[in-house]
Amino acid sequence: MRNIIIVIKKQIKDTIKNKVVLIQFILFPIMTLIMENAIKLDGMPELFFTKLFSIMYMGMAPLTAMAAIISEEKEKNTLRVLMMANVAPWEYLAGVGIYVWTICMAGAGVMATGLEKKDMLFYLLVMGIGFVISIVLGGCIGIFAKNQMVSTSLVMPVMAILSFGPMLALFNRTIEKVAKFLYTQQISVLLNKMSFGQGNGESIIIIMINAAVFIALFFMAFRRRGLE
Amino acid sequence: MIQCANVYKSFADKTVLSGVNFDIPSGEIFGLLGPSGAGKTTLIKILTGQLAYEAGSVRILGENVENLTGEDKKKIGIMMDEFGVYERFSCVENLQIFADIYGIPHIKIKETLEMVGLQDAMRKPAMNLSKGMRTRLQLARVFLHSPKIIFLDEPTSGLDPQTMKSIHKIILEKKETGVTIFLTTHNMEEATALCDMVALLNEGVIVEKGAPKEICRKYNHQKKIKLHLSSGEDLELKHGKESATEISRLFEAGAIETIHSSEPNLETVFLELTGRKLQEDA
Repeated sequence: MRNIIIVIKKQIKDTIKNKVVLIQFILFPIMTLIMENAIKLDGMPELFFTKLFSIMYMGMAPLTAMAAIISEEKEKNTLRVLMMANVAPWEYLAGVGIYVWTICMAGAGVMATGLEKKDMLFYLLVMGIGFVISIVLGGCIGIFAKNQMVSTSLVMPVMAILSFGPMLALFNRTIEKVAKFLYTQQISVLLNKMSFGQGNGESIIIIMINAAVFIALFFMAFRRRGLE
Repeated sequence: MIQCANVYKSFADKTVLSGVNFDIPSGEIFGLLGPSGAGKTTLIKILTGQLAYEAGSVRILGENVENLTGEDKKKIGIMMDEFGVYERFSCVENLQIFADIYGIPHIKIKETLEMVGLQDAMRKPAMNLSKGMRTRLQLARVFLHSPKIIFLDEPTSGLDPQTMKSIHKIILEKKETGVTIFLTTHNMEEATALCDMVALLNEGVIVEKGAPKEICRKYNHQKKIKLHLSSGEDLELKHGKESATEISRLFEAGAIETIHSSEPNLETVFLELTGRKLQEDA
């Protein structure tokens, strides 16, 4: 447990110095605040930007942060030093995962300021679940990638599909048919309804299947490559 | 303290280590000397448990290297050239992480950075450090938790002579505190200056081992005394009684400018044993 806290402390310190990761964390919360307050068009759905950016935030920030942090440590060989200092791989991954999740939740907290109080808990719960799935997927990429360049090339298409898929599905039926199998699309559906009430069974099942697949992928990648 | 018995290691079809044996007692500096590609880094990785081996046995602190516990690992310090530092963090912040992992009070960080001569760069981000300073930071990270065994992989590679000397001084100071040090190098001067024992490694085989001076004496086949005279003439005399009168005469006449015995150094011993140079560019 102590090593997990040390990894979290290290990451928090690094966030202030690492502008690339910092931008990932604050970009969408700030954009949400600005757009929700600056743009009001007739016929525009309520909280349009909050919901749109929430999904983009979920598909981008945890995924890129997780993959970037792990691959950078692998490339610079600092991860090996941690392992030699007796930090277990699971402690490292848990530390980075908890850190990314907490920061993302703080961002989601900022994005939730426009919501009604009764919806806030639901919103944060759904976002929290989505962040976990993105973190697991980002972890897979970080484990699989040997260096930052490989990590970026793998993250970009995955991130684009997860983030832009649900947005493009608003305008295109064919894309919607494919995007419905993504957890980000189903979370988007849940955010539009703002409840776990009836008719959400399909969304919940798809989200669970996504989570199960990515968790299985994560363990496969970890067993195969470890953190080497 | 470190025992390596008949260790074999291959990568695909290539045998990298072939029957490597040595036993390093506590408090000694042991140097593994060999050219690039001899298998030095592979061996250090095996000794530190980073790499598996196919046959033989490796014991560290009396334990099989595969069975080392977390507590055992805290008694070991490793510095490898490929090990990085946290670039965006200052020297202090880099060490804070490891002080926390090892449960060491932060006050020791300042002491350790002073020990390696980084007291003026404590708050400097690692990305702004020179190669020499970065090596010192890596050394500080190794020394921070006062390990009983230290592994140093080419600790002075690519450094200027002055920085190299100061790092040698730090290593010798550590030895004085009873630490056992295993270092790899392709620099025979470094091995001679630092090591109690050296092993010459070539293509995965230890071709000779012993105290550096003993090795040099053992391979002193020429046994000659070389003189450079004030007249500019070079003279070679036999290393024996028969030359004493001649040398004495030349000294009395003030004709000798320099005088050297012809015993070989580790470089020439290595060349004799393997036909290869320790440093390709030497």
